[in-house]
Amino acid sequence: MSYIKIKRPKFSILDKVYVVELVKGLCITLKHLVLSLLGKTPAKKEFNGKGVGACMPFPEQRWDDRMPEYYRGAPTLVRGEDGRERCVSCQLCEFICPARAITVTPGEVSPESGCQKQEKAPREFEIDMLRCIYCGMCQEVCPEQAIFLSKEYLITMTDRKNAVRNKETLYRLGGTRKGLVNKWNQYK
Amino acid sequence: MMDAILNWCDNLLENDIWFYLITTVIKLVLMFAVILAFVVLSVWIERRVAGWIQDRPGPNRAGIPLTLFKRYGSKEKQPLKNLLHYFGIPETCWIARLCTWLKLDRDIPTFGLMQPCLDGGKLFLKQENTPSYVRKLYFTIAPMLVLGPPMVAAAVVPFASSASTCWGDINMVVANIGIGPLWIFAISGLSVYGLTMAGWSSNSKFPFLGGLRATAQLISYEVAMGLSIIPLLMMFGTLNLQDIVSNQAANGWTLLPLWGEGLSLQRWAMMVPMALSFIIFVTCVFAEANRTPFDMAECETDLVGGYHTEYSSMKFASFFMGEYAAMVIGSALVVTLFLGGWSIGFGIDEALAAWCDWVAVICQFLMFLIKLVAFIFFFVWVRWTLPRFRWDQVMKLGWLVFLELAVANIFLTAAVLYFIK
Repeated sequence: MSYIKIKRPKFSILDKVYVVELVKGLCITLKHLVLSLLGKTPAKKEFNGKGVGACMPFPEQRWDDRMPEYYRGAPTLVRGEDGRERCVSCQLCEFICPARAITVTPGEVSPESGCQKQEKAPREFEIDMLRCIYCGMCQEVCPEQAIFLSKEYLITMTDRKNAVRNKETLYRLGGTRKGLVNKWNQYK
Repeated sequence: MMDAILNWCDNLLENDIWFYLITTVIKLVLMFAVILAFVVLSVWIERRVAGWIQDRPGPNRAGIPLTLFKRYGSKEKQPLKNLLHYFGIPETCWIARLCTWLKLDRDIPTFGLMQPCLDGGKLFLKQENTPSYVRKLYFTIAPMLVLGPPMVAAAVVPFASSASTCWGDINMVVANIGIGPLWIFAISGLSVYGLTMAGWSSNSKFPFLGGLRATAQLISYEVAMGLSIIPLLMMFGTLNLQDIVSNQAANGWTLLPLWGEGLSLQRWAMMVPMALSFIIFVTCVFAEANRTPFDMAECETDLVGGYHTEYSSMKFASFFMGEYAAMVIGSALVVTLFLGGWSIGFGIDEALAAWCDWVAVICQFLMFLIKLVAFIFFFVWVRWTLPRFRWDQVMKLGWLVFLELAVANIFLTAAVLYFIK
């Protein structure tokens, strides 16, 4: 085995005395301190900062418009363009969920939905937001494109019961998605 | 009646012992209040400066909690109205008008100064969790041993010159004894017993290692620290801190000899050993106070939390406060020995004292506080600049560099004092 000799930097006496380097370091931190106190931190604009430092004062100022497409927030259920519940309660999301946040209670599809072919629809669909880890596996596993991670990130509740989101809430948050899943369309 | 009381007070104060006792108690309370206030203040300084150095604002939200009462009322931004409503006070009464006049009808910004107080309150309310495997007695004593010594050590630090009253002079130092620095070294050295005891009684490996490190570090640096101030004592010829500061007030600060006898060649030649002494002493104070870059005892990357791993709630808080109290005392000592203590400098002290000694005392006290804050800022500044040393580097620096340098410095000082007149 050949070995590679690492070239160590050679320190001059000035470096070894350490005091000069120490002063240099102190100057760097002082520069940051002064700049942030003056509100002239270089990266300030980039970080949408305000006031002291480069920080964005969060609740007053937000970054929602610059959130990336792939942001993973709270999972929601969606309806198709035709208003059909996409979920067929196959329970794959429930099984894949590593945190066991999802509980699906399967049921018959209601006769007035106009889509008897899919046979099943969730009677109740619950996601415990205290358990959810926003991994996005439910979205990935869903064969019906019925569950999506939204961009909602402010999830706070006053007690544990409020943390569980039921089917109604999930559909309200999810809204409708474009792009038809034509699998169940009986005229096709 | 009033005359009788005043007469009685007069008689009491004319008695030397009572005069001494009463003034000492007042000074004691003042010093204690200053230290405790500075412990809180230095926590705030630490967090704010850390923020600024890292381009953050730091804790700036906590203010006077009038804003809290928003929650009880509507969402309009009138905390005062809601506060009054909350207590059932009508809006037009004199209390409301007084508050409006005092500008209390809006959020009061305190620049986050309330944060340390709130943190303290939080720590009071936290669950006290004592593991079952610890040695209860020593486990309980340890935090007290850490917090106590710095408070006691403060007794010899002079915070102003003396002032005269009709009953006698008051020397503005709690204990005007002739062994100033030695007292501080001896007492603050005791606080390491707290760390060691905490480490040992916690009965688990990381606190134990932390305690061991604290002991080894204290021994290594106490030696260099003691030796490093000997040149200073050779120059001033006294161990009384009040005398040292008076000398500096008259003849220029140790590191700034710009007036009085400080302009002599000898004093300027002394700047070399004094600067050396200053560097060694300040580094040793950092090590003594267990501050980064020498916080080997709690070194969270390799020792979890070091000696206070097993502590929670107020016991942890006393370790925390003890650390900051040590920092305040260390700063006070450096300021006293090297930066002129309470002296304003440039001969202003004498002029003020000749005019009115109480004004001089108050100005000097303020000056002392300003210097203290400045040095605490330096402490924090260094902490957020330097990474932590490795353990063997710390030992090497203490024994192989500082000890030798301090000893050589003594001889250098002796030579300067002997040859340059």
